[in-house]
Amino acid sequence: MQMPAPDQMVIGRKDRIVARLQEVLPRDAVIHDVMETRAYECDALTAYKCPPLCAVLPETTEQVAAVLRICHQENVPVVPRGAGTSLAGGALPTADSVILGVARMNDVLETDYDNRFVRVQTGRTNLSVTGAVETDGFFYAPDPSSQLACAIAGNIAMNSGGAHCLKYGVTTNNLLGVRMVLMDGTIVDLGGAHMDAGGIDLLGVVCGSEGQLGVVTEATLRILPKPEGALPVLIGYDSNEVAGQCVSDIIQAGVLPVAIEFMDRPCIEATEAFAKAGYPMCEALLIVEVEGSPDEIAHQLDLISEIANRHNPVEIRQAADADQAARIWLGRKSAFGAMGQINDYMCLDGTIPVSQLPYVLRRIGEMSAEYGLGVGNVFHAGDGNMHPLILFNANKPGDLEKCEAFGADILRLCVEVGGCLTGEHGVGVEKRDLMTTQFDPEDIEAQLRVKDVFDPKWLLNPAKVFPLAATQARRTVG
Amino acid sequence: MMSVSSEAELAEYVAAADAPIRVIGGGTRGVVGTQGALSVAGVSGVELYEPGALTLVVKAGTPVAEVEALLAKSGQRLPFEPMDHRALTGQGGTPTVGGMVAANVSGPRRFQAGACRDSLIGVRFVDGRGEVIRNGGRVMKNVTGYDLVKLMAGSFGTLGILTEVAFKVLPMPETGVTLILRGLDDVTAVAALSRALGSPFEVNGAAHAPVGMGGAPETLLRLEGFAGSVAYRTDKMRALLADIGAVEVVDDSASHDAIWAWVRDVRGLSEGGDDIWRVSVKPSDGPAVVAAVAPDGALYDWGGGLVWLRVAPGTDVRARLGGVAGHATIVRAGAETRAQLGMFHPEPAPVAALTRGVRQQFDPKGLFNPGLMG
Ligand SMILES: Cc1cc2nc3c(=O)[nH]c(=O)nc-3n(C[C@H](O)[C@H](O)[C@H](O)COP(=O)(O)OP(=O)(O)OC[C@H]3O[C@@H](n4cnc5c(N)ncnc54)[C@H](O)[C@@H]3O)c2cc1C
Repeated sequence: MQMPAPDQMVIGRKDRIVARLQEVLPRDAVIHDVMETRAYECDALTAYKCPPLCAVLPETTEQVAAVLRICHQENVPVVPRGAGTSLAGGALPTADSVILGVARMNDVLETDYDNRFVRVQTGRTNLSVTGAVETDGFFYAPDPSSQLACAIAGNIAMNSGGAHCLKYGVTTNNLLGVRMVLMDGTIVDLGGAHMDAGGIDLLGVVCGSEGQLGVVTEATLRILPKPEGALPVLIGYDSNEVAGQCVSDIIQAGVLPVAIEFMDRPCIEATEAFAKAGYPMCEALLIVEVEGSPDEIAHQLDLISEIANRHNPVEIRQAADADQAARIWLGRKSAFGAMGQINDYMCLDGTIPVSQLPYVLRRIGEMSAEYGLGVGNVFHAGDGNMHPLILFNANKPGDLEKCEAFGADILRLCVEVGGCLTGEHGVGVEKRDLMTTQFDPEDIEAQLRVKDVFDPKWLLNPAKVFPLAATQARRTVG
Repeated sequence: MMSVSSEAELAEYVAAADAPIRVIGGGTRGVVGTQGALSVAGVSGVELYEPGALTLVVKAGTPVAEVEALLAKSGQRLPFEPMDHRALTGQGGTPTVGGMVAANVSGPRRFQAGACRDSLIGVRFVDGRGEVIRNGGRVMKNVTGYDLVKLMAGSFGTLGILTEVAFKVLPMPETGVTLILRGLDDVTAVAALSRALGSPFEVNGAAHAPVGMGGAPETLLRLEGFAGSVAYRTDKMRALLADIGAVEVVDDSASHDAIWAWVRDVRGLSEGGDDIWRVSVKPSDGPAVVAAVAPDGALYDWGGGLVWLRVAPGTDVRARLGGVAGHATIVRAGAETRAQLGMFHPEPAPVAALTRGVRQQFDPKGLFNPGLMG
């Protein structure tokens, strides 16, 4: 993977840039020691690392604005950072860049149950947003599996999803407003506690813009009353086709599960060996979860089981209480960990039309044999978001490259069948160069034009999302 | 009036255009523009409908009614319950999907199921250079590149002319009921709606009409789902609201549907020639807006957060809002009022600059609705 050559002029001015930043920030908020900047050299895509010029940890929106003004004047690229859990390299620095971390900005600013929103600083972790309202019976719906660590800042930048998004939507559907600082230091408010933008939906395009349009410092988030309860049913099938058909029938029957998760045989075997959840050995496992009162749950689970039974399942296991529910979820929740026990793995997240599931799984199996690399599939089946986990050995020369080539082939396949490169993790640096498989040059150009408006000098996270060749002429630095 | 029947023809037309184009979808919302009317009603038809994947792709000129009828055959619907503006604006025409998306038209279910923009998963459009741009796609989870889909929804044709749109659709519920509380004042009514919406019983309609269908104040809640669920939640709701008032249940489906169509289309305010405004605020601010504006008719939807106002012609509703955060849009008014006050709420300078910048990028020749959105 290629990154732009760092600007030596910027690197040569490091002392002066650090000194200027120290003038506007608390002393300990500017991290410039070469050893200490290492803490910011990568995100969760650890295959790529590069320490930044320095990192700053402002505490207020005004400090963020002051930092950006200085970087704007000095022509220094800025890489915003939340918790650094991006799997796409979204927060990967370059040697000439300033990492702007919002981790110290994590207050709840306003809680309003009558109007069902909270306003928080964006360094706050996803789970602690729910944590702030759950004793009063509310929750924040988007729940990425990284929710203990990831920040709302990164959730907004990546438009993150979660297991429950089939019912509740992803970040963009639960975001009412932001306070954001543009690269030149201008502070803007988009949206608010009310619904829908007054003018064109700039908030809609900021969400999912991967830190390229502005640094988001505050967010107004919709909160929802917690459902009375939730329980899953586990269904096993001897064929992916049939499992796919069952998903489609459930959806059409008018049940709206909160989650429909799918695991294929390699994944079931790995998690069984690791977590001993007691899953049946079969080709495809579905976990379908519904919400409501005990009676409502029972009714929906019965309906789902009835549909599932029509397809001749290997097993149906309906959870009757929280304990049984936890056992059903145990394997799914430890799937990534289990795969990690076997080997290093790369997690992809392309989306496909659900009707293409059997074909895509078959093709992935064939490619797996061709590349000689194992792969397990975990899948948000209700919405077509796949998570193939490709196993490789990081210590074996050439294996990472092979794994990346295999991954790219899977993503091309997703696009070919009518899907997309990424359903929730974002493009970052990881999928940047595949963008041309999904978009024509005009489609990409239209997106670049949006960035031209928000960041005319192209200093904010400039080497991400789009192929470097497409942005070459626009980037000030590199 | 010029008309085009394909995306390619449209792109060619726009590329060559050097004067403003007034796009006519169904012509129902009465957006006034300049000369140069161009009909895109010919760019019509269903491209793909997969009920099992909850996915629908249609060309932008397709009538909304056609789409709704198609979905109904498979027991599905558009989640966001688009309103039909014709009663309110007094315009004829046939609402099209493109117009619905361009105006982000969303009805009573909006606060629970999302707005039109939330169900929209893909677009194709022709920008002001005459280039065909694709964004999003046909899958419901997609974060590949910038979300221009959201940007197009509610841009009122100022950024490009939509040619194709894709939606996530949802199954229709087995049944539904309306719960009515009578005689509440606005503040109490909105408090009742808030209490209902703060409960886990998945209310998906929450409106208050100071003058309801029966002529007196009616506070309306909607429950939908499986019959057993709806019965259970009705009981819960009754208990929850007992100290505020008695809950009357409307469970025959014709009356139930009629009530929500009445709310959705704001039929209670359609009579007469006065101006109609639509104000979006946080729900608890709704009654204060009505008190400050003192309209001759009002309707609260979205739990109080969407306030429809009927006011004397030429009234500047925005000037009366005081410090309330939100925005006020003109939906029906004479040309002079529209010109003088502007249909859309003015934005703070830095936001207006971004809007201008985006428009300039997408429509450098200034072809699309010049003067409409700042
Ligand atoms: C084990 C694991 C499981 C995961 N599961 C899921 C999942 O289920 N669903 C899912 O969607 N994702 C998942 N992710 C991916 C990741 O957690 C999300 O993308 C998350 O939203 C990133 O948040 P962060 O705060 O860590 O952001 P970072 O990694 O710090 O940054 C991510 C992007 O956001 C930008 N950014 C950060 N802060 C700001 C700001 N203040 N303003 C503007 N831009 C900013 C960065 O520049 C970068 O482009 C998972 C990751 C891991 C490691």
